[in-house]
Amino acid sequence: MPVLEDVGNVAEVTRSIGTGRFGAYGGRYVPETLMAALLELEQSYAEAQADPAFREELDGLLKHYVGRPTPLYYAKRLSEGLGGASIWLKREDLLHTGAHKINNALGQALLARRMGKQRIIAETGAGQHGVATATVCALFGLECVIYMGEEDMRRQELNVYRMRLLGADVRGVHSGSATLKDAINEAMRDWVTNVRTTFYILGSALGSHPYPTMVRDFHRVISIEAKRQFAEQVGRNPDVVVACVGGGSNAIGAFYEFLPDENVRLIGVEAGGRGGALGEHAARFQKGSGGGLPGVLQGTYSYVLQNDAGQVAATHSVSAGLDYASVGPEHAMLHDNGRAEYTSASDDEALNATKVLARTEGILPALESAHAVAHAMKLAPTLGKEKNIMVNLSGRGDKDMGIISRELELGGAPAENRGTR
Amino acid sequence: MPINFSTKPGIVVYLTAGDPSLEATYDIALAAIDNGADVLELGVPFSDPLADGPVIQRASERAVGRGVRLSDVLELSRKIREARPGAGIVLFSYLNPVVRTGLKEFCKAAKEHGADGVLLTDMIVEEGAAYIQHMRENGLQPVFLAAPTSPDARLKVIAENSEGFIYAISRVGITGTQDSVESDAEQLVRRLRQFTQKPIAVGFGISNAQHVAAVGQFADAAIIGSAIVSLIEKSEPGMEAEAVGEFVRGLRPKQDSSGVREGSHEPHEANPHSSTGNLKGHGFSRAEKPSQTTGASAPEVA
Ligand SMILES: Cc1ncc(COP(=O)(O)O)c(C=O)c1O
Repeated sequence: MPVLEDVGNVAEVTRSIGTGRFGAYGGRYVPETLMAALLELEQSYAEAQADPAFREELDGLLKHYVGRPTPLYYAKRLSEGLGGASIWLKREDLLHTGAHKINNALGQALLARRMGKQRIIAETGAGQHGVATATVCALFGLECVIYMGEEDMRRQELNVYRMRLLGADVRGVHSGSATLKDAINEAMRDWVTNVRTTFYILGSALGSHPYPTMVRDFHRVISIEAKRQFAEQVGRNPDVVVACVGGGSNAIGAFYEFLPDENVRLIGVEAGGRGGALGEHAARFQKGSGGGLPGVLQGTYSYVLQNDAGQVAATHSVSAGLDYASVGPEHAMLHDNGRAEYTSASDDEALNATKVLARTEGILPALESAHAVAHAMKLAPTLGKEKNIMVNLSGRGDKDMGIISRELELGGAPAENRGTR
Repeated sequence: MPINFSTKPGIVVYLTAGDPSLEATYDIALAAIDNGADVLELGVPFSDPLADGPVIQRASERAVGRGVRLSDVLELSRKIREARPGAGIVLFSYLNPVVRTGLKEFCKAAKEHGADGVLLTDMIVEEGAAYIQHMRENGLQPVFLAAPTSPDARLKVIAENSEGFIYAISRVGITGTQDSVESDAEQLVRRLRQFTQKPIAVGFGISNAQHVAAVGQFADAAIIGSAIVSLIEKSEPGMEAEAVGEFVRGLRPKQDSSGVREGSHEPHEANPHSSTGNLKGHGFSRAEKPSQTTGASAPEVA
């Protein structure tokens, strides 16, 4: 298949944070106007990383404000019900604001403050990254503009209110399919226009170098903790790590420290939506027709759902956070070199997993995270009882109650409920 | 070497290919050329035009909706080349449709279809070594963007690697019209001039004769995009070519003879303005010996 060939010959810019390449993938494919900002960001990030005071402040806030470390919890009733491997949940859903996204939003906000940028922009799909960004902007007194597809505003309405309450200016995007991809386009247009004053807090391990590396670094804490917790609570590494993959930030954070441990299987779960045809899902790594092909979208070279003319395809998922046509470039590399496996769970499987987890463990997962749970539920019975599966429970499901109550027919509430004041 | 701005300021006209239809773009292109455009930028419509403002976004969306693809734009280029051998043609695309075709295959096809140059919106010089190589092998001119935010070290590499002209972005931002040409533009052109004698064309927000005249004070050419795409959008169906022809004619002062090159809009007419002599020139002298520097020289860009 045609790819962006000869990338090996590409001249290396001075790249202080890795190379920006993950095998053939990654790189920097942006309008020239953004280059100065990307180079400045890369340099500032390198300096921040080398500065113990930066790490110390971040760690302090992660502990006292965000609520790290998150528990590693043995889901006993779920595991026993399935009758196979033990399922352990890495509880990112317990973090302040309700998802892993704040690990990264906080790190980037500290960096923005260090760089003297007063205006923050971000895109959001499920609204979790938007809420996390609005939260850290409130914490540091920064101006905050969030771009969100109008379709996502409808299905993640509660998060729109949360962002507004936190003081963010939420701007609806109606172009394209009015979902995450379109929100990123609009955020990039804002950034190109206001690049001299604005810091773009990108919400997943996507986009141009240095974002995929930087975002991954801020989420590494997930697998650093999990590895230690497995050693303490189980006495050895998990056999399998499962995480959902939208842009890929929670998954790369959950995988990263296990990458050198070849006997730990790493499984990324994409959105299978309602079928395998192009437009019906967001499974970039799906094999054969309807799956993704290498391409360039929004600054990086990775797998992209597209037609044979190179137009980016529409996507569908019940979960706004997985509903995206491309995927972080490091996952593209891990896919091609076989270190990680990628599979998908359908809308129905995710909804079913939501219900099962709620009723066996009293835990309500985000619909994104429910895709990972759904795959673990398929996998556990096929493995022996001595095996351990870690599921990265990336977020909690409160934001999805509208969709879940409709889809699972949970019944109506009194029609008029204005509350009291 | 049809990319040639022999009359200053040169005029570059951007069109989103396939809006409102491929046939209409052909007629519009000829009208633009016959009324004084030196170079046409044929925009390949893309689903995610993140460097573009609302006007070109809408045009792109309409053309993508009609199923217009890179191969159609190549075919359009071939037809325009046949009809107007002296005009400059630059294919203007986001990277993904080109990647889908294959860089090498695309460069070969672009040459075969009569293009002179290519501008890829989201291709920067550091990532462009293979692209530049394929372009050169096919005798095509890579045009790179230079931005007001680009530091001098980058401008140098951009100037070295661009052929035909350097596209100087007049202001920080996305495409779209504006009231005046910002002072960013003049400063950027001055900074570029430290490194190159190649033609410099200024684009983004150029929308009328005053802007063109202002740009003419300090640059070689003006690029008009959104203003024309918007005019096409507002025109009565079937009247687009006439409207664009008239608009382009009005962009240069009347006394400039090349500004009133009248020509037929009929697709099968022979090139009506080869007799002006302007387009037979060999262009700027530097283009004769392309810089040896390729993207591989980029490491000094920090
Ligand atoms: C709870 C949750 N999990 C997962 C994701 C998917 O993003 P990523 O793949 O970057 O982790 C999102 C995105 O909005 C989310 O909110």
